[in-house]
Amino acid sequence: MDEEALGARGLVVGYRGHEVIDGLDLALMRGRITAIIGANGCGKSTLLWALSRLLPSEGTVVLDGRDTATLSTREIARRLSVLPQGPSAPEGLTVADLVARGRYPHQKWLRQWSEADEAAVREALERTNMTAFAGRPIDELSGGQRQKAWIAMALAQRTDTVLLDEPTTYLDIGHQAEVLDLLVELNVSAGRTIVLVLHDLNQAARYADRVIAMERGRIAADGTPDEVITAETLRAVFGVEAHVVADPHSGAPLVIPASVPPAVRRAAQPTS
Amino acid sequence: MPSRGSATTAVSGLVALAIAVGVVAMLSIGVGSRFIPPDSVLSALFSPGGGFYDNVIWELRIPRTVAGLVIGAALGLSGAVMQGLTRNPIADPGILGVHAGAAFGVVVAIYVFGLLDFRAHVGFAFAGAALVSAAVWLVGSRGRDGATPVKLALAGAAISAFIGSATSLVLYADSTAFDEFRFWSVGSLAGAKADLLLAAAPFLAGGALLAFGVIRGLNALSMGADVARSLGQRVRLVRGAAALAVVLLSGTAVAAVGPIGFVGLTVPHVARALAGPDHRRVLPYSALLGPLVLLGADIVGRVVAIPSEVQVGAITAAVGAPVFIWFVRRRTVREL
Repeated sequence: MDEEALGARGLVVGYRGHEVIDGLDLALMRGRITAIIGANGCGKSTLLWALSRLLPSEGTVVLDGRDTATLSTREIARRLSVLPQGPSAPEGLTVADLVARGRYPHQKWLRQWSEADEAAVREALERTNMTAFAGRPIDELSGGQRQKAWIAMALAQRTDTVLLDEPTTYLDIGHQAEVLDLLVELNVSAGRTIVLVLHDLNQAARYADRVIAMERGRIAADGTPDEVITAETLRAVFGVEAHVVADPHSGAPLVIPASVPPAVRRAAQPTS
Repeated sequence: MPSRGSATTAVSGLVALAIAVGVVAMLSIGVGSRFIPPDSVLSALFSPGGGFYDNVIWELRIPRTVAGLVIGAALGLSGAVMQGLTRNPIADPGILGVHAGAAFGVVVAIYVFGLLDFRAHVGFAFAGAALVSAAVWLVGSRGRDGATPVKLALAGAAISAFIGSATSLVLYADSTAFDEFRFWSVGSLAGAKADLLLAAAPFLAGGALLAFGVIRGLNALSMGADVARSLGQRVRLVRGAAALAVVLLSGTAVAAVGPIGFVGLTVPHVARALAGPDHRRVLPYSALLGPLVLLGADIVGRVVAIPSEVQVGAITAAVGAPVFIWFVRRRTVREL
């Protein structure tokens, strides 16, 4: 199982003299869930975008053992799907039409719609529990349903590797859990390789096999959640004092920022 | 609930529009400073020769009607492609500098070459439209991300203003040019003749083919350049082909009949309100709504001031502006 699905060799991203990422090496294993974490502006989304070839970069990106420079945009799109943060659909577009567009990389100019397309769209809608919403315009859905519709589009693309940029941001806790459980289900039942940028450290600890912490365009820590999510790493990467305890439910590391509650601080304030 | 997007609804909508276009085309042959009864129209169409009105019908009304059909379709299509390309619901081909370039071409024909026959203006108008939009494209597509909507709009506004001021300079300096230009600057279908339409046909056909060829690309672009790329679309290629389609369609239209405003801007809005945002439906709907609106406006222009005529460009502007405002106020303008 330890075969590289997606990797980077000497990756450089950014303008000359202002490199966001300057010489990064990475190998992401097939069938694993990897979470990339880090402070705002550390280059974690940049890394995801460069890996997906949406952002031009120097160095080599390897996908399924092949240099992506030798693959066409369409060939890459058949192997790797990527969901940007907060994508926008034109007003009035239905869920079914959106998900059907996930089939574009598989369609030929003349042969527009096949049985395989139909089956892929149906399966994507079923997996995301969006079948009932197929005829509804995206803009009439709640934020959580909308995110699931976009994930369904990426699923309809039927790629082995799925990249997601902050898929849970702006969602309520119920939809956050639903989206992440869906990704785990995809990983377990369909063997998809999943790479996601996450802001919530506890989600990274809970849902990922491997956590990569980035700081100023470099990999500051890389390993299992237990290895990476520690008080020392959090201090180094986020500059934050935090306690890390074992989550009583799963045993995964749980981050508790060591800030002082307002009531305690008010009590400590010298009275005038 | 009824799905706005179902394929059968879309097809029946297209059939209804096609019938409406046919009716308006018949009206366009019959209505004018001289009214021709429907039975004479039909006999001239299907068994020509000998009828009292055959000459008027075949020499004037039919070329004018065909011009309304193809130019209307070209304006509707180019507007829909332009709005899809720029993801801007108030974009029209003017953004690419098509109109400014065509006007400048006509002024050059009159002022520099002393050509007063309006047929000689056609080639100059098209060359001007093509050159100026190529310049807009070159400036707007510089840089890493290529021709983004914002860069295109800025380049188009700047270059159009520059070319526009050059046009004005000549017109104020030369009164002959000014007089000639006045007639061109309000679009009219009245001068359309069969040979002109035949010359325009390959450009319009090429533009229409390109437009329908980039439907999938436009659909992908409507979700942003990044999503389009992640779906395997070559974004630069799609944008280039879409822009070329716009220039071929609207450049030919403006060269053949002069500038006609509001059709390219308004028609795609009506198409989206009727058929949703998918370009598989927006483009055919626009291609039928365009002739419906243009021929309708032309017929109105022929009868409002009998015995003289009001040029169709004046009618589309006079009617189009209030209709567009009404549309915007009803919030049927869809975000792209």
